[in-house]
Amino acid sequence: MKQPPQKKDGPPVASSVAASERGVDRPVEKERKKDLPPPRMQFDDESRVDKAKRRSLLNQPEARNRVELFRHLPPHKNGSQLPYLESKFFELHEMHPSVYKVGLQYLTGDTSGGNARCIAMLQAFQEAIRDYSTPPEKTLNRDLTSKIGGFVSFLIECRPLSMSMGNAIRFLKSRIARLPLTLSESEAKAALCSDIDRFINEKIVLADKVILRHAATKIRDGDVLLTYGSSCVVEMILLYAHEIGKQFRVVVVDSRPMLEGQKQLRRLVAKGLSCTYTQLNAISYVMHEVTRVFLGASSIFSNGTVYSRVGTASVAMVAHAFHVPVLVCCEAYKFHERVQLDSICFNELGDPDAVSKVPGREDVNYLDNLTDKQKENLQLLNLKYDATPSDYISVIVTDYGMIPPTSVPVIVREYRKEYLLI
Amino acid sequence: MDFQVVVLAGGNSKNLTPLISKDVPKPLLPVANRPVLYYVLHQLRQSNLKDLIVVVEGEDAALHVGGWISKTFVDGLHVEIAAVPEDIGTAGALRAISHHLTAKDILVVSGDLVSDVPPGAVAATHRRHDAAVTAMLCSVPVSGSLESGSSGGKDKTRKPGRYNIIGLDPCKQFLLHIATGSEIEKDSRLQKHILHAVGQMEIRSDLMDAHMYAFKRSVLQEVLDQKDTFQSLKQDIVPYLVRSQLKSEALLNGISQAEENGNEKLSSPNNQVLVSKILANASTPSFHEPYSMEPDGSAQTRKTHKCCAYIASSSSYCVRLNSIQAFMDINRDVTGEADHLLSDNIIGPSPKLGTKTTVGPHCMLGEGSEMGDKCQVKRSVIGRHCRIGSHVKIVNSVVMNHVTIGDGCIIQGSVVCSNVQLQERVVLKDCLVGAGFVVTMGNEYKGESLARKEK
Repeated sequence: MKQPPQKKDGPPVASSVAASERGVDRPVEKERKKDLPPPRMQFDDESRVDKAKRRSLLNQPEARNRVELFRHLPPHKNGSQLPYLESKFFELHEMHPSVYKVGLQYLTGDTSGGNARCIAMLQAFQEAIRDYSTPPEKTLNRDLTSKIGGFVSFLIECRPLSMSMGNAIRFLKSRIARLPLTLSESEAKAALCSDIDRFINEKIVLADKVILRHAATKIRDGDVLLTYGSSCVVEMILLYAHEIGKQFRVVVVDSRPMLEGQKQLRRLVAKGLSCTYTQLNAISYVMHEVTRVFLGASSIFSNGTVYSRVGTASVAMVAHAFHVPVLVCCEAYKFHERVQLDSICFNELGDPDAVSKVPGREDVNYLDNLTDKQKENLQLLNLKYDATPSDYISVIVTDYGMIPPTSVPVIVREYRKEYLLI
Repeated sequence: MDFQVVVLAGGNSKNLTPLISKDVPKPLLPVANRPVLYYVLHQLRQSNLKDLIVVVEGEDAALHVGGWISKTFVDGLHVEIAAVPEDIGTAGALRAISHHLTAKDILVVSGDLVSDVPPGAVAATHRRHDAAVTAMLCSVPVSGSLESGSSGGKDKTRKPGRYNIIGLDPCKQFLLHIATGSEIEKDSRLQKHILHAVGQMEIRSDLMDAHMYAFKRSVLQEVLDQKDTFQSLKQDIVPYLVRSQLKSEALLNGISQAEENGNEKLSSPNNQVLVSKILANASTPSFHEPYSMEPDGSAQTRKTHKCCAYIASSSSYCVRLNSIQAFMDINRDVTGEADHLLSDNIIGPSPKLGTKTTVGPHCMLGEGSEMGDKCQVKRSVIGRHCRIGSHVKIVNSVVMNHVTIGDGCIIQGSVVCSNVQLQERVVLKDCLVGAGFVVTMGNEYKGESLARKEK
């Protein structure tokens, strides 16, 4: 029996299979497995997919023409889910309205970006906790944990969780489990809400302020800074540096199909920075005049690999080839103890149709003329994330200081327990 | 989900005069042998909305409606009937029940709306964008029958002047402009600052306001209190909210600001600004944002509210019963194309048909009705306990309950209300016969409205 993924993900399934084969190591493996969260679901296993379908709230889309290599990833929940969810609006009793709203915003892509998604989710949980009342003959700990578990499964169905959200949920569940039993219900709820507030303030807001200060010291006058996509931390760094009077130029590199850089470009230009905008294909032409590269991250793994928006790896590689230092700015709560060597074993699939469309030009649709027979041979792939090896990264700026990529497991080991206990 | 539903069932309507009487108020007007209010309530029950407030104009009507509801929906719905004085307008009706409204959002449905669009869709769109008002828009229904000899009366009702002119933003999610039927005769005014903020506006005349709205309760009560002269939701309140969406008065947001500030006492204002900036940067930008920021970007005093639109898909059915033409159309559609709105069979349990009597497709016969020989029924709805003689031809008509039709009658494109007696060889074309009327034998009426004089 496998549980559906409720938090972030454990070791790949292969290692647990290998463990069961080696009888000698079995007791040790079992103990370690207890501490680790349950392994995630592999979508190429038919029986598990069927089980999950029966349990799910949303209508799972049919398996379309999918790329063989990425078959183990959950298929993209495209816009067709929205009418189904909408029609069920009044029938989902267990769902709190704010959690539902957040789920809808994820599904439609209204909210994107690790920090924002995490904050939106935590604020929705705060409201849900405030409106929560323990049913009779149940304890607050167990019932609230299972309720939060239900919310999380709903959010996963709307859009797979990011690592930062997984860490936040693990934090919340550990806080609920550690509530002393002597507290009354209202006190417990108030304590949980203030814990969530402190998490947001300390791990995100204050962390961002510290990162700003550190990173701004690395910007000199006359620099040409390159940034990729739209990362809220990097944007804050650029605006802060501009405010304190440093003179520099910015190159914003963007990529299809999301074109996230355009929004960031608008905001930077509105504040008066001089920017250049280009797309990923031109990265090698632009790199020769760039002095520093600032990148954001969705998560950083224990071997120093940076998991970020697809295209980041290319940018880091080209920067490395041109001997341009690459600074990755990431809050410490996004660190993860997993190790990932490639972008394939864990990723997120986006909308495949977005790859074949040009935004703003509805008449450009070469794929519509294909017959069905021809379409069978064409598989569209839209990956959301990729993994950048640690060799291409010069330094990681976190709220614990500026560390080399090899120090990530140290932070995970030393400070993880601390923040879980707060 | 923190929603409260109000069904505005009205009571009187000048458009439907001969059909409506003291005993049959508008919400109880039968469509396919069920009162039109049934469709709205049935759909709300399907969507799991059990607590409703039904507002009816006039005490008698309220009693009738209340009686019918408690008989039909015995344990499915918990309905509270509110009777308001007549001719008070939809806004006035809401003002009267304003103190009953407690939830965060209010869903207002018109009682004469026959549609299969789930109310959850409108509610979900409302919540997603955190809007002040969300309106449901549907495509304009095709009116007029397919096989009629079109008379002058029908042409008049097909004028486009009846419907709306709607302005939408490029992604078709926000309402920028709405003008209702009466204004279209004259010039229509667009708000320049809205156009300036959005950049591109799509103006459509093929969409109709379906009178299903979701309001934020604080906004609705604010507008109702402040603007006493507003009588109608559709013509006054919604256009006012749409017009003022970027320049809403400070008072509109005074309440929501206080609510927001009350919740976040723990974090300092600086942190709050940062958090909201992160969230705002992450979401798809809408044209409201530039208006809501102060020049220095520090404090976000929002002076805007959002008006969203939910556009029902073209495959869904959505018609309002506000004219005789619409009444005939809905009857025809509900038995014909849109028969998924009915939950049970088309022919009642015991119609007695004589020999050589043909009943065409898309017809409905109520229970206890008897037809004589050699009758022809095409695309019509016949109510309960009717006695229809032989050689009768009924085409494209609506016949209500307890009607006696003599032999040799021809009824075409007409509405015959309850308890009417048509004697032999009467010919009716495009007529409306009010309740209790007696049409003497051998008469021919074309395009007339026959009603018994109220004593």
